[in-house]
Amino acid sequence: MNTIHQLVVAALVVVGGFFLLVGTVGLIRFPDVYNRMHASSKAATLGASSILLAGFVYYGPQGAGLTSLVGIVFLFLTAPTGAHLISRSAQKMGVPFFGDEARWPREEAEESRSD
Amino acid sequence: MASEASLLEPVVNATLILAAALTLLAGYRVIKGPTVPDRVVALDTIATNVVAIAALFALVTGEGLFVTVSLVLAIIGFISTIAVSQYVVEGDIIE
Repeated sequence: MNTIHQLVVAALVVVGGFFLLVGTVGLIRFPDVYNRMHASSKAATLGASSILLAGFVYYGPQGAGLTSLVGIVFLFLTAPTGAHLISRSAQKMGVPFFGDEARWPREEAEESRSD
Repeated sequence: MASEASLLEPVVNATLILAAALTLLAGYRVIKGPTVPDRVVALDTIATNVVAIAALFALVTGEGLFVTVSLVLAIIGFISTIAVSQYVVEGDIIE
């Protein structure tokens, strides 16, 4: 394992740690469940995928490296699906938006029809 | 191994500590979160962080088996997210 190989793995790990940090800070600091879901489903998924990509570079294209690629594909397929399901159930429960600038599109159409 | 991975090992160890601290911080949103979907989102983030921790542990120990462990943890997190988001709306999962 030479120096360039180690440098690539270390850079991917650092990028992954940065995106995990961004995602968790967004989860804690954002005011609304929809904003929090945005931060966690994009940034934290990118961080975990970058760390799994570092595992692919470390282990090579066979065995555990191939499993890392399967993990990246699985995360990219399932993170938007899970976020969509959570936001849909939050909308059905009636969780409101933070502030009054944002609205659901159907409510806007009904208001303009009644005007 | 220790002499070869002189550059890689402190970086991976530091990221492992960072990811563990971030998982503990996401627990704040699980406890405090005002609504139930907030808690589900925080648990989903914790599941993603644990996937990253398992992959980092595979790097730091050199055991490729832990990549498979992270894949299984990702599957469990996805299924639990679907189950809870179905439960809070419908009231039951399997009729």
